[in-house]
Amino acid sequence: MDSEWVIDAQGLEKSYGSGASRFDALKGVSVQIAPGETVAIIGKSGSGKSTLMHLLALLDEPDQGTLQVAGRDAKSLSKRAVNELRNKEFGFVFQQFFLTPNVSVLDNVILPLKIAGMGGKERRRRGMEVLEQLELADKAGNKATTLSGGQKQRVVIGRALVNAPRVIFADEPTGNLDTATGTVVEDILFELNRSQGITLVIVTHDEELAARCDRQIYIRDGLVVSNTTQTHATGAHALIPAGGAA
Amino acid sequence: MRTKDLVATAISNTFRSKLRTTLTVLAIFVGAFTLTLTNAVGAGVSQYVDAQVGALGSPDVFIVTQASDETAAGDGPVKYDPNGSASVSSQQGPPGTTTKALTEADLTTIGDTAGIVSVDPIRSVLPDYIEYDSGTAYEFSINATSAVTTADLTAGAQLDGSATQAQLVLPDTYVTPLGFSSAADAVGASVSIGITDILGAAHTVDATVVGVSLESLLASGAGANDALIAELADAQSGGITTAVTSYGVAVAHFDTALSADAITALKADLATQGYSASTIEDQLGAVQTVINGIVGVLNAFAVIALIAAAFGIINTLLMSVQERTREIGLMKAMGMSGGKVYTLFSLEAIVIGFLGSAIGAAVAIGLGSALSAVLAQGLLSGLPGLNILLFEPASVAFVIGLVMLIAFLSGTLPAQRAAKQNPIESLRYE
Ligand SMILES: Nc1ncnc2c1ncn2[C@@H]1O[C@H](COP(=O)(O)OP(=O)(O)OP(=O)(O)O)[C@@H](O)[C@H]1O
Ligand SMILES: [Mg+2]
Repeated sequence: MDSEWVIDAQGLEKSYGSGASRFDALKGVSVQIAPGETVAIIGKSGSGKSTLMHLLALLDEPDQGTLQVAGRDAKSLSKRAVNELRNKEFGFVFQQFFLTPNVSVLDNVILPLKIAGMGGKERRRRGMEVLEQLELADKAGNKATTLSGGQKQRVVIGRALVNAPRVIFADEPTGNLDTATGTVVEDILFELNRSQGITLVIVTHDEELAARCDRQIYIRDGLVVSNTTQTHATGAHALIPAGGAA
Repeated sequence: MRTKDLVATAISNTFRSKLRTTLTVLAIFVGAFTLTLTNAVGAGVSQYVDAQVGALGSPDVFIVTQASDETAAGDGPVKYDPNGSASVSSQQGPPGTTTKALTEADLTTIGDTAGIVSVDPIRSVLPDYIEYDSGTAYEFSINATSAVTTADLTAGAQLDGSATQAQLVLPDTYVTPLGFSSAADAVGASVSIGITDILGAAHTVDATVVGVSLESLLASGAGANDALIAELADAQSGGITTAVTSYGVAVAHFDTALSADAITALKADLATQGYSASTIEDQLGAVQTVINGIVGVLNAFAVIALIAAAFGIINTLLMSVQERTREIGLMKAMGMSGGKVYTLFSLEAIVIGFLGSAIGAAVAIGLGSALSAVLAQGLLSGLPGLNILLFEPASVAFVIGLVMLIAFLSGTLPAQRAAKQNPIESLRYE
């Protein structure tokens, strides 16, 4: 069943504005993302990477083209079902941190669980578990604004991870970080993929990060220019049941 | 999101921008404070008026007099009619008003009118003094209508109309001068009432104090039951029975089951027969109308203040929605439904409304109670029993509820904005 949990996009088109100011951000993009896979979406700034990621994550609707998630057409899903899907099956790391200021690190991390309606105790337990995993347990009570950039990004990953998702969508997860910290964050993400079989969709313009992924989708001016598969030694993820996190 | 979490989140969000929330709460505070006070004034005055009505008479009672026909100014004097004979000074109408007396025949006519259960003449007695245990004697008067009234008691019991024992309800201002240690001490005591008969001879009549009452604004003097009034009247007449028995005023009890319309019809009925009948409420109606009018105007001001505050809430929440665009976008991206976002912001509005109104009401109650106590000792000490600010839990709860409703309605626009936000646009928002 998990092997059918594929995101299948065909001929996605998306344009912004209308008339003279109309801008075609995507002009017919087709991609498939298999369970347990790590996929990099690369391209120059403004090429449409974020737009594509938002469509794949059901945050936005394409103007043209079809999108199937686990065999179901996204258009046929109710608003409620889409919300449920994003809340339970997806984790998000956006281009900015989007941490709520004046709220503790723990409260930031457990936001998806709160939205899901999980009870307070269970929520905290799960949140602390994730913070421990990310070596942030000692910062649980701190206000999010008091953290360093790398710590913030780890909190964001914790928030993406806390609901035990099948897929994590990460938009420039290392864009705001220095190389050393960036590598730490990358390691965390790939470790999650390895140990828990979480599918990674990483938007980046960093070739090095892209190279660590199983597959690279190059985008230029709203079109896929190449779709390459990297074969590297650590491809053992296929043996681990995807989405198997508790 | 669970309801509990929504409420908790709304409360903590309210305190995120403390200065802004404080200012908005302050605006609501002013409205809620005023509204609580004006309602309390209305309640206090109307409770006092009700107590006065009780002191004047039961609700099933008409005060009946002959319709005074000399009031029609410009018609010249009215011809003398031997049958309509004597004029008496009555307690009805402006001071000095005289009305034609009611004779026994009149009483029968009134009693025979459909809807009237019984009719009793009011006999006025004019005692000279009251004295207890041969102490100092004090000037003293008896309220002629006391037999049908309900006194505002501080101790003891109401008069028993059917008792053969002469009973007295003593105004509380007499308690200490007469030598009683307290109102309760006076109850059960036997006092002597001095009265001079028409021939100039002095008599004393003994009566038992059954209760002590607050001095009433509209019915002054002590209360006496039928037995005591009869004894005093006998003493006053000096054994001479006047040929024509006539009374200024009669008290007519009507059927308690009558509706308000039926009572009006009955009044009209009596009017056509030449009698003027009015209930105690009629007599106090004018006073209450004026007070209600004043309270209404004050309430209108308070509501205007609340409407101004409502715009404050709208503004505060719109700013809050603007400021938290990304946060809203994030929550929606993570699967929070538009409905829940709407609820969250509506709750924030309600929390602000609750804060403003609860603090406003609490401060109004605190200040008002203190003020009320000071006034009762000073400016309003002449009106015992008047609690100028009466805070009724139901009306305070109503004010808080009303303000929360206004706040909720003010919150709908910002909440709708928040709920409609597109998560992607919100996340791209700089
Ligand atoms: N709401 C919008 N209205 C108008 N144009 C938009 C909007 N959102 C995106 N665009 C345009 O669509 C194009 C693709 O945007 P997108 O955010 O997908 O780029 P990107 O590849 O993620 O770039 P970056 O690497 O800088 O994040 C850009 O040219 C952008 O200006
Ligand atoms: Mg982007």
